[in-house]
Amino acid sequence: MSTLLDISHIDMVFDTPKGPFTALKGVDLKIAKGEFVSLIGHSGCGKSTVLNIVAGLLQASSGGVILNGREVSEPGPDRAVVFQNHSLLPWLTAYQNVELAVKQVFGRTKTRAEIKEWIEHNLQLVHMDHAMHKRPDEISGGMKQRVGIARALAMQPEILLMDEPFGALDALTRAHMQDSLMEIQQELNNTVIMITHDVDEAVLLSDRIVMMSNGPAATVGEILEINLERPRGRLELAQDLEYTRLRSEVLKFLYEKQRKVEPMVKPRARKKVQKSRQHEAA
Amino acid sequence: MTDASVVSQSVNESKSSPLSFLAGPGITVNPGKVFSTVLMPIIGIVVFLLIWSGAARNIDTSLGKFPGPVAVWEQFGSLYQEHVTEREKAEAFYQRQEKRNAARVAKDPDYVPKIRAYTGKETFLDQIVTSLVTVMSGFLLAALVAIPLGIAIGLNKTLNAAVNPIIQIFKPVSPLAWLPLVTMVVSALYISPDPLVAKSFLNSMITVMLCCLWPMVINTSVGVSSLDRDLINVSRVLRLPALKHVQKIVLPASVPMIFTGMRLSLGVAWMVLIAAEMLAQNPGLGKFVWDEFQNGSSNSLARIMVAVIVIGVIGFGLDRAMLAIQRFASWDKSKATH
Ligand SMILES: Nc1ncnc2c1ncn2[C@@H]1O[C@H](COP(=O)(O)OP(=O)(O)OP(=O)(O)O)[C@@H](O)[C@H]1O
Ligand SMILES: [Mg+2]
Repeated sequence: MSTLLDISHIDMVFDTPKGPFTALKGVDLKIAKGEFVSLIGHSGCGKSTVLNIVAGLLQASSGGVILNGREVSEPGPDRAVVFQNHSLLPWLTAYQNVELAVKQVFGRTKTRAEIKEWIEHNLQLVHMDHAMHKRPDEISGGMKQRVGIARALAMQPEILLMDEPFGALDALTRAHMQDSLMEIQQELNNTVIMITHDVDEAVLLSDRIVMMSNGPAATVGEILEINLERPRGRLELAQDLEYTRLRSEVLKFLYEKQRKVEPMVKPRARKKVQKSRQHEAA
Repeated sequence: MTDASVVSQSVNESKSSPLSFLAGPGITVNPGKVFSTVLMPIIGIVVFLLIWSGAARNIDTSLGKFPGPVAVWEQFGSLYQEHVTEREKAEAFYQRQEKRNAARVAKDPDYVPKIRAYTGKETFLDQIVTSLVTVMSGFLLAALVAIPLGIAIGLNKTLNAAVNPIIQIFKPVSPLAWLPLVTMVVSALYISPDPLVAKSFLNSMITVMLCCLWPMVINTSVGVSSLDRDLINVSRVLRLPALKHVQKIVLPASVPMIFTGMRLSLGVAWMVLIAAEMLAQNPGLGKFVWDEFQNGSSNSLARIMVAVIVIGVIGFGLDRAMLAIQRFASWDKSKATH
């Protein structure tokens, strides 16, 4: 299989008021075309940082990202991002949100009718065609996330980047979304990097799970191949021995090898601090 | 808030009592609430009128007793009557002039008739119109400058650092302090034999503009700079060109804040305008008040009271109008409350 994306020797050092902070050290990862890769790791280890570097939203301190033989230097629609909290424009309808992206990417190459058809096609793909003309505050969280995914898919990206896309959803909605995503994946065979905290989600969806070690100076710890047959159903897998083994591999990595020594309350507090830091840095 | 609920609200509103405007648009008046939304305001007004007339009877000024509600109501009528009379006079003047000109043209076909404008005294209604035109022009001019400036400041940290101290220093200055300077600068620079607009109009308009400027600049720039990081990232991923980024993301996102600034400044502008007109003897409601004060007739106080009420009602109307526009233009209905 040919390599589509090559993340090579990435270091990331943030300037903080307390001096330089090395978040990532020597991250290496190759991703083939059509592959679905999950990034998993404890909160604050640097998953979002990796994803944002691939997206071009952050610049690595050293090392680089090569997509299709070309170095990534800025964000672009060939690396569409699905953000954790949907980030739809609240004043536009679902249709218009997708339209903004489609017009920007295909405005020169598609006719007006083709654009309309393409927008509707992508909204159908995520089962949102019934609420196309609703604004984000009129639809549920899961529906917003669907529109966000439709917007990303509509750009026909080389690679789809998803940062905890279902993190803010309840368990039932999340299961629905996972099924939808598998269905779409079956049809389009996109290349995907998805960040998740959910071990089941990672095993269910991925071809490979990349487990990151704890920061500071986080890096790729282990990589787990998931060779479960597709299409996968969550009910059948629940009794599958291989599934159970893979699942416990991930759990072992997270809770034995990379155990967080901090008490349980800390990660949340830390996440908040980190968010506010990001704001300051912005 | 869903579209459906907005629609149902406006439907309800059209059915609600004529007094519901006091509670603001979009507030439904259901029968159970009639007590608080119709009855209580009426009681409030009645009690106010009683206290007023009671107090008025006990205040003696050098111009006679302080006017009570009845005296003021009478002046409403007579001010309107004066306006009608003045218009009739003007009409008569133009008719006479036309006849005279027609007669001269009949005698001498080469004669080019001169048309003179009627120079009567400005009535109360004329003053209202003048004040409204002045405040709206100053306000719109300020918006034209302030909104682009606010966007530029909000987008550019360096520019913000450069401009911020100036804004912070000028913001607390009463625009009336500018008035003498504005007057001098206007009379120095605006020299034209046939001026399009009066100098006095320019003076008040520029003063209004100066006071509208700061709230609008500040609110716009805050709206722009507090743009959600995720939305900026969406724009970056799409590689929106700078102009499109402003048009599609920045501007709509800051519309609620821009309108908040506009509403704030319109309220201040209306207050300042009256004071400016009084100080500078510029035509308008302020001048009316000042003239009546100087006049010192037995009706003066009642006529000033009429002006006070009219100023209040217009100020309230302007605010409601801005609110209606804000609701129409803003996607974030929750911010567009009273
Ligand atoms: N702009 C920044 N400036 C300084 N430090 C930063 C910045 N962004 C991230 N960090 C730090 O880098 C580390 C990795 O952050 P990152 O957001 O990538 O973690 P994460 O794995 O995505 O966490 P989570 O699972 O909670 O989203 C954290 O310790 C964080 O505090
Ligand atoms: Mg993250």
